[in-house]
Amino acid sequence: MNKNHRVPSSRSLSAVEVKSKFGAEFRRFSLDRSKPGRFDEFYGLLQHVHRIPNVELLVGYADVHGDLLPINNDDNYHKAISTASPLLRLFLHRKEEADYTTFGTDSLTRKKNTVLSAVLLRPDANKKKPPVIISLPRDFRPVSSIIDVDILPETHRRVRLYKHGQEKPLGFYIRDGSSVRVTPQGLEKVPGIFISRMVPGGLAESTGLLAVNDEVLEVNGIEVAGKSLDQVTDMMIANSHNLIITVKPANQRNNVVRSGGGGGGGAASGSSGRSSDSGASYYGYSSPGGVGAAASMPTHIIQNFPVGEIESDEEDEDLVIEVGGEAEPIRRTGSNYSMPSLPRYEPHLNLRSATTSTLSVNANGTLPASASSGSLSNANATSTTPSPDRAMERRSLEEDGTVITL
Amino acid sequence: MKRFRRHGQESQRDRLKQELFQFNKTVEHGFPHQPSALGYSPSLQLLAIGTRSGAIKLYGAPGVEFMGLHDENAAVTQVHFLPHQVELVTLLDDNSLHMWTLRAHKGLSELLEIGRFTLTGPPGAPPSVTRVTAVLPHSSGELLLLGTEGGHVFIVEVPGFRELEERNISLDQVASSVPDDYIGRRNLEHVEALQENPVNPNQVVIGYGRGLMVVWDLEKQCQLESVWWTEDGGYILSSHSDGSYCRWMVGVDDVNEEEEKSDIPYGHFPCKAIMKIIQLPTEDGPPFLLFSGGMPRASYGDRHCITVIHGKTHVALDFTSRIIDFFVITDGLQQKGDPSALVVLVEEELVVIDLQTEGWPVIQTPYLVPLHSSAITCSHHVSAIPFKLWERISSVGELQNTHYSKKPWPITGGQSLAPDPPQRDLLLTGHEDGTVRFWDASGVCLSPMYKLSTAGVFDTDADPNDNMNQGTEGEWPPFRKVGCFDPYSDDPRLGIQKIHLCKYSGYLTVAGTAGQILVMELNDEAAEQTVEAKVVDLLQGQEGFRWKGHTRLDVREEPVLFPPGFQPFALVQCQPPAVVTALNLHSEWKLVAFGTSHGFGLFDYQQKNNVFVKCTLNPSDQLAMEGPLSRVKSIKKSLRQSFRRIRRSRVSLRKHHVNNAAKLQEANARLEAELAEMELAPVQRKIEARSSDDSFTGLVRTLYFADTFLSDSSHNSPSLWAGTNGGCVFAYMLRLPPVEHRADEPITAHPAKEIQLMHRAPVVGIVVLDGHGAPLPEPLEVAHDLARSPEMQGSHHLLVISEEQFKVFTLPKVSAKMKLKLTAIDGSRVRRVGVAWFGSNRSEDYGESGLVVLTNQGDLHVVSLPSVKLQVQYPCIRKEDVSGIASCVFTKHGQGFYLISPSEFERFSLSTRCLVEPRCLVGAPLHSGPQRRPQTDGASSAHSAARRVMEHALLNDESEYCRTETC
Repeated sequence: MNKNHRVPSSRSLSAVEVKSKFGAEFRRFSLDRSKPGRFDEFYGLLQHVHRIPNVELLVGYADVHGDLLPINNDDNYHKAISTASPLLRLFLHRKEEADYTTFGTDSLTRKKNTVLSAVLLRPDANKKKPPVIISLPRDFRPVSSIIDVDILPETHRRVRLYKHGQEKPLGFYIRDGSSVRVTPQGLEKVPGIFISRMVPGGLAESTGLLAVNDEVLEVNGIEVAGKSLDQVTDMMIANSHNLIITVKPANQRNNVVRSGGGGGGGAASGSSGRSSDSGASYYGYSSPGGVGAAASMPTHIIQNFPVGEIESDEEDEDLVIEVGGEAEPIRRTGSNYSMPSLPRYEPHLNLRSATTSTLSVNANGTLPASASSGSLSNANATSTTPSPDRAMERRSLEEDGTVITL
Repeated sequence: MKRFRRHGQESQRDRLKQELFQFNKTVEHGFPHQPSALGYSPSLQLLAIGTRSGAIKLYGAPGVEFMGLHDENAAVTQVHFLPHQVELVTLLDDNSLHMWTLRAHKGLSELLEIGRFTLTGPPGAPPSVTRVTAVLPHSSGELLLLGTEGGHVFIVEVPGFRELEERNISLDQVASSVPDDYIGRRNLEHVEALQENPVNPNQVVIGYGRGLMVVWDLEKQCQLESVWWTEDGGYILSSHSDGSYCRWMVGVDDVNEEEEKSDIPYGHFPCKAIMKIIQLPTEDGPPFLLFSGGMPRASYGDRHCITVIHGKTHVALDFTSRIIDFFVITDGLQQKGDPSALVVLVEEELVVIDLQTEGWPVIQTPYLVPLHSSAITCSHHVSAIPFKLWERISSVGELQNTHYSKKPWPITGGQSLAPDPPQRDLLLTGHEDGTVRFWDASGVCLSPMYKLSTAGVFDTDADPNDNMNQGTEGEWPPFRKVGCFDPYSDDPRLGIQKIHLCKYSGYLTVAGTAGQILVMELNDEAAEQTVEAKVVDLLQGQEGFRWKGHTRLDVREEPVLFPPGFQPFALVQCQPPAVVTALNLHSEWKLVAFGTSHGFGLFDYQQKNNVFVKCTLNPSDQLAMEGPLSRVKSIKKSLRQSFRRIRRSRVSLRKHHVNNAAKLQEANARLEAELAEMELAPVQRKIEARSSDDSFTGLVRTLYFADTFLSDSSHNSPSLWAGTNGGCVFAYMLRLPPVEHRADEPITAHPAKEIQLMHRAPVVGIVVLDGHGAPLPEPLEVAHDLARSPEMQGSHHLLVISEEQFKVFTLPKVSAKMKLKLTAIDGSRVRRVGVAWFGSNRSEDYGESGLVVLTNQGDLHVVSLPSVKLQVQYPCIRKEDVSGIASCVFTKHGQGFYLISPSEFERFSLSTRCLVEPRCLVGAPLHSGPQRRPQTDGASSAHSAARRVMEHALLNDESEYCRTETC
């Protein structure tokens, strides 16, 4: 509040000055730069100093460039502490009334620019041009991922496509073809299944992970060798809600190059989520012979996940409409719904109350995630759990206007 | 430790599986597809039919049948039994000869191939020299005479197939011993016929294609379609390609015969060839003369006729399809008596004519009945028919068979050792012409019981009084229509699509192509009544609809006389008149549920009013809206266009007077390139999640009645369940008035639940499981004390079977409990599903219910209930055989039927206890010819054939093994 509180600059090396603003109120305190602690401790501290113990907060800070950036996990908290010089300016908002669009570049400096922009004869430039949106991590929705990089041979790629009830088509075609395998007897031509076409704008194309002429080796952990085109088609469609395809890309130049030691790939692919503990299977591939690319292509590809685990429940939430009641997704009878252990987005915020589980179920399964994947508009609504009308909304989407007599 | 115990359980389960399940293809019902050869053994009284696919089938007395398949996929062109023996020789069109025998094994006979042989000519000779055109099994049983295209007659010793080169009758030998005038300069051409003198087995007449006949003495060394020795050996009959036949006297010493009589029976104008001629004497009276063909070419050249002349009686039997062969059965042990029956194999059926009864009526065949006399459109199986209903159906069926001969089936070879079927089973087939045929499917012989026609209810173009059998007086030739094969349907809308019979009440409901649903009741008396039609609008005001398909059938206004049997008393007509895709009948509640691609409805057949209608149509689904024809039309149109294009290019070429060879080549190259492109264009499959916008999502696939807990767990109520193509399940709660007010108080239905499966695969079956996990019994089953009443304590479960998954939900709160994802795991989809009960073959009282599933890969699975786990899997049908897979029906006891051709059902069994298969024995004839050589003589060939043991012979062994185990 006044300059007397300013600490000497020598102290600023070890302590960070914090100015926290919540509504119209300011609080000032300091943190040890070398021992910032964890985010949830920091979060508790904020609630404490502002005397708002039960208010859900959205924490933002102004970085060196004047951008408003969120603090919601250990990583960006540490980043905020380490870059604060000398003052860390915090902005707190109630979660329910938070305006997510404020995050982003130029978000704090915008006012200064208005004069300039007026001079540049683009009076409405700021209004028209939507700011680049940075989502909160918990609002990220995986669309596709490369998984099991650590256990697959480098020539193969296991891609997971998340349909999640979005309206975008999966969008690809497969065909019969023949591929050449290296056997001890020499080259052998064997029938195979290949991607023949991508639908422009489809999910498969937009991920960039699949391409025409990639050979399909597995569908959700089941080898396609010996299966007919129609069978593979049916398998893919049956798994379309959570499709995991192992391909041998036609273009082998973009393969993930493993960095020497074991498990390097796992660290590189942030979204792979699930770390490999199957040391044995990895060992099998790291044998010296495995380096020789296609020449030593293993006949059987070990998967990182047991087949049974693919039977996640996410696509299984059939919709039941009771007479006079509202629709709700069917859940397992075993009431405590556990999150599937598949690589999927898991919120880093551990602050959630008991509503978390239902929320994430909805978000992943039945909620109609809006087409612009990064939009935050949904998150507002989901903080409460209006399951019935959520589902109703979905139903109306699905039924597409069919008259339903209840 | 725990793991160990688990292992023990698994192996115990495996053992149990072996006791419960076992897959056998047991017997083929119906008429063989594309028969190509006929043979008969008078001594064995067995009939043999060879088919174009290389199968050979033997039939004797009803229940006596054998099946064999040649390894070569070549048509059987000739079948000959060796006289007085249990062997037969088949000639395939790849010129190979095969020897088959009926070997007794463990008290049963089995058909076994014991040798094969192909004539080898001298090196360098053209293949025609050894191309077999005529086969004569010599009555000695040791020799086979093979006439060839080159004109030689080879003599082969059987069963070892040893060529007796020194005895061959070469063309040169014949030419040298016959006066030159007969030979001329021309070739004698191929050997057309070989016949043995019935009195002197050493004399054989050889007929050459050019017309020369030679009597050859086998011991002494010594034109045309067919030849025949008369019984006394004094005459030879020859038939010719100009429709004439001649009778020749055989001089005993004189080699030359005298033409005694020549006749062209349907003369004056050119006639077609007489393919085969037979003359048989009778004890007192004129002989029977029978010949096939010989019709006047211009006016009746397209008829398939066999003429029978006996004294003054002269009939030209007019068959429904091409005549393959015929033979005559004669009375008496030595086959010297009067002719008793004429057996004719035509391409689509077997006709047997009683020659001893006035008017020569047809004898009804106990097997080989043409299932496809009109194309089969659906089938329905009902197990364990109560005796009373069985009696009533067979008695009304007998009333339809009065025109058949009373004589017993004349082919009586062998004896059937199969035990009497444990129960009476009915197979109902729906046909394109609107008939429903009832077949006795209890045993090995699928025999017709009763035929129901629904066409009489409607006004169709066909005149019901139009009797094809009536020939005009004084017509020449004197035609008489025989046979029942009639593939032409008056109106395709009459086609039967779904059948449901309640075996306890005798109520039957059938539904057809034009959205018609008939409810029928069995009446032992004829009745004249009008059938009132109830039109039900399934669209319920759905906008923007334009049905482009066929129109509704017109119902007859005036009363119609219905013969005894099933008589319709209620008719529902769906609007739009789309094909009925699902049908169910609940005789206890007197309700019929029906569904089409537009929705479903519930009809109360006691009050004759419709209870409710639900439209399932997706408004964006244009295909379902327009009806089925538009799509077909477009395919046809495009085909036609492409043909036209090709033709046009050819025509234009011709017009431009093809002296421009380069142009032609260019066009040809272009055509070829087009074709190549068509072939090279890769077959692609789109990978896309199903959406609600897909076509035909509203099509109703299955309907199910259940008395279960729909709203709360303490009160059960009647309910109707419907599953759609779009993975949606609708449940309606039904309120039925008390029995005393059933006739006047209305039935109400309330929607109770709607389940949208997320994977959106078509729902193909719905079953409710009771508190014990057993499927609910059929209506009236409990009332008739034939089933345990369902367990109402404990919670019921709903099993929804989609093409991709089996899913168990709890009731009344629908929550998923268990599932089996079939498609996600092995890429196969459920095509047909049924609930069956499997009894253990070890303990009489143990059994369990399971789901029998046929996938689009043609595999059969058994899925346990209520745990929905895969138990066993057997490959059954080739996956390319789409119609076979679609035609499959399951019985309630683990058997099933599917069409292997348009005319034949294959029967299979998944159960160890319920197995219907031929078990029969054929004894060698009493006066067995010469002493049989020991088998070792033909060792080399017999050895190679040993592994080709007949399929069902193997099965016989196994089943016997199982049976002895049970005993």
